[in-house]
Amino acid sequence: MTSATLTPGAALGGQRSDEVRYYEDVIRLFTIAAVFWGVVGFAAGVFIALQLAFPALNLGLEWTSFGRLRPVHTSAVIFAFGGNVLFATSLYSVQRTCRQFLFGGEGLAKFVFWNYQIFIVLAALSYALGYTQGKEYAEPEWILDLYLTVIWVTYAIIFIGTVMTRRESHIYVANWFFLAFILTVAILHLGNNVNVPVSLFGMKSYTVVSGVQSAMVQWWYGHNAVGFFLTAGFLGIMYYFVPKRAERPVYSYRLSIVHFWTLIFLYIWAGPHHLHYTALPDWAQTLGMTFSIMLWMPSWGGMINGIMTLSGAWDKLRTDPVLRFLVTSVAFYGMSTFEGPLMSVKPVNALSHYTDWTVGHVHSGALGWVAFISFGAIYFLVPVLWKRQQLYSLRLVSYHFWTATIGIVLYITAMWVSGIMQGLMWRAYDNLGFLQYSFVETVAAMHPFYVIRAMGGVLFLTGALIMVYNLWRTAKGDIRIEKPYVTAPHKAAVGAA
Amino acid sequence: MARNIEKDALSGVETTGHEWDGLKELNNPLPKWWLYVFYVCIAWSLVYYVLYPAWPMGKTHTTGILGWTLREQIVEELAAAKQKQSKFTSAIAAKSVDEIQKDNELRNFAMAGGRTMFNENCAACHGAGGQGAKGFPSLADDVWLWGGTTADIYKTIQHGIRADDPDTRGPAGMPAFGKDGTLTAAQIDQVSEYVLSLTNRATDAAKAATGQTVFEENCVACHGEKGIGSVAAGIEVGAPPLSTAAWIYGGDKATLVETLTNGRNGVMPNWAKRLDDVTIKQLAVYVHNLGGGK
Repeated sequence: MTSATLTPGAALGGQRSDEVRYYEDVIRLFTIAAVFWGVVGFAAGVFIALQLAFPALNLGLEWTSFGRLRPVHTSAVIFAFGGNVLFATSLYSVQRTCRQFLFGGEGLAKFVFWNYQIFIVLAALSYALGYTQGKEYAEPEWILDLYLTVIWVTYAIIFIGTVMTRRESHIYVANWFFLAFILTVAILHLGNNVNVPVSLFGMKSYTVVSGVQSAMVQWWYGHNAVGFFLTAGFLGIMYYFVPKRAERPVYSYRLSIVHFWTLIFLYIWAGPHHLHYTALPDWAQTLGMTFSIMLWMPSWGGMINGIMTLSGAWDKLRTDPVLRFLVTSVAFYGMSTFEGPLMSVKPVNALSHYTDWTVGHVHSGALGWVAFISFGAIYFLVPVLWKRQQLYSLRLVSYHFWTATIGIVLYITAMWVSGIMQGLMWRAYDNLGFLQYSFVETVAAMHPFYVIRAMGGVLFLTGALIMVYNLWRTAKGDIRIEKPYVTAPHKAAVGAA
Repeated sequence: MARNIEKDALSGVETTGHEWDGLKELNNPLPKWWLYVFYVCIAWSLVYYVLYPAWPMGKTHTTGILGWTLREQIVEELAAAKQKQSKFTSAIAAKSVDEIQKDNELRNFAMAGGRTMFNENCAACHGAGGQGAKGFPSLADDVWLWGGTTADIYKTIQHGIRADDPDTRGPAGMPAFGKDGTLTAAQIDQVSEYVLSLTNRATDAAKAATGQTVFEENCVACHGEKGIGSVAAGIEVGAPPLSTAAWIYGGDKATLVETLTNGRNGVMPNWAKRLDDVTIKQLAVYVHNLGGGK
């Protein structure tokens, strides 16, 4: 604790943030990067979805084959889009909730910004050229891993330094989640990339552990990349932007404490559910499954706190499409954190594992939760950061919302149907005890669903392009002449109560 | 710390008294249903730990009172599945492919199993239903390189073609007449015209006539008189007939010239190395019944 942290919050309570000019240049950069990489990542996703439906789109070139472009898509959406959103929102909100400048000055934050963008470009290039560790979501080879470590540690120093020199007595709940996300991702990254390079001047490296141990380390990493990067980090966004936009207090402080600690404690053990029915020992599979089941309510704690924060402000959903993004994201979060524990139950997993159901599950979380809360936060941030009175158009936000929502629904329903069909076809036997379908027949059967999925992706991408246009005009300072959202008549009554 | 507890006007619930950038928190209790479902999930896990393998104990682990292991389950399930088929599989093991073919029940079983195994192992090259592809002969017509009886098919599947197997079919293939300098380009042109003439497609009758001599001197030894194919000629070399519409690599003139110039050495794996005998017999029955069995 520094002396600054002892400054009583109440003493400064009256004078709000206007006395402190927070660093916003770097937040603007991160926001632009987030939108840019979002479009790149969604477009890459649409392209590889089309490759699955129409294999000719692999173009017969090694650099454009599905195997190489798939990590380009996943890294672009998770680390480039999601990562820049997390940087922008965490570094924006930590200054305000701590009433403190970024630790290390704006230069240090810009160091993180530029190096992170370079890292993204290098990683994508390395995938296209065929360099990969072959570990899902941890594809970059050892030299890039080292580079990322430097960037991440700098980010941690900025964030933790800002929290430690805060001028509020308590640490706001969003910052607990951001802290957990930053620390755990650092540990995961280091733990899963203990590799021995073949040579100092080559990209290739091998993991120190091998076989099922390597698989377990990978899924300890992979599952917690979801748990801490895509869940804890984005819950941090939720805890700042939902109450901010709804202009309501967070529903329950107590729930936020209990669900934070249970989530953090339970998530880290759930990884083995990715290795059900493999060489992983039975006991480890049991623990992976039970910790996933126990994780259900801690995950839902975040959903309850997000949605219940709107009690008393539900009418705003009618007039504020930005809030609609934020709340729908929390609903998708609730849905996929129910689906996750369900899929971790071994008999369910026996059907769902290795099928498209998993892909659909990931996307209901990634598109519905991660991207929607990001869109909500970005729509909130851009007018503030560019000092504009309001967004260029709320109607366009609404068009974005509906286009993207229909896209998600097409995506996840197509993957549910094709995944369950695929799983059932794999296990279908005839009355003489022979497999009913060969593998290639199951692939052929999925074609129509692959087409529907790609259409869902096209809609989602279209929505994002509507957002880009809206944000561009907002930054320029334009305001669209459009029918305003009318305040619902009963709002006055509620307000008067 | 100074706290500024307020009452939220809308819900009537008190705040915790802290404020960050205008954000406050209500002091609502944990939702009861949430807490109870959480407890149930924990209780369910505890019960599971008692029943199933769960906690590591140094080099060993708790085994659970059911004594269940995944390994035992799969061994049992596989044994049960094998047991269910054993009536048929033991009969198939004891009989020749021909005998299996003549027994209605066994043929029915072999066709079902053969279809599954064919789709998993053979269809990648020969196509679903054995329709063939460029370089991979059709198995659904009556043109055979190594014989179309059940015994021939059985042997070909077992030992493959030009495979690493002492009993494999081959090993010689179609020589590279052009590349090796056995024939000149003009001779290749002539002989390909002759081959075209066997199916009435010659474009130059004079060349085809000269080509016949080249054919008789170089090709008849394997492909037989008038290209009837090694099977019809009674020679075991796997040379396809040149007088039908069935072509492995293509029967147009350009492909014929290419084949004559560079030779062909198609291979097929020796499946006895990968599949058990009962499976291969079922495959032989299935392939024999695809349409062209002799």
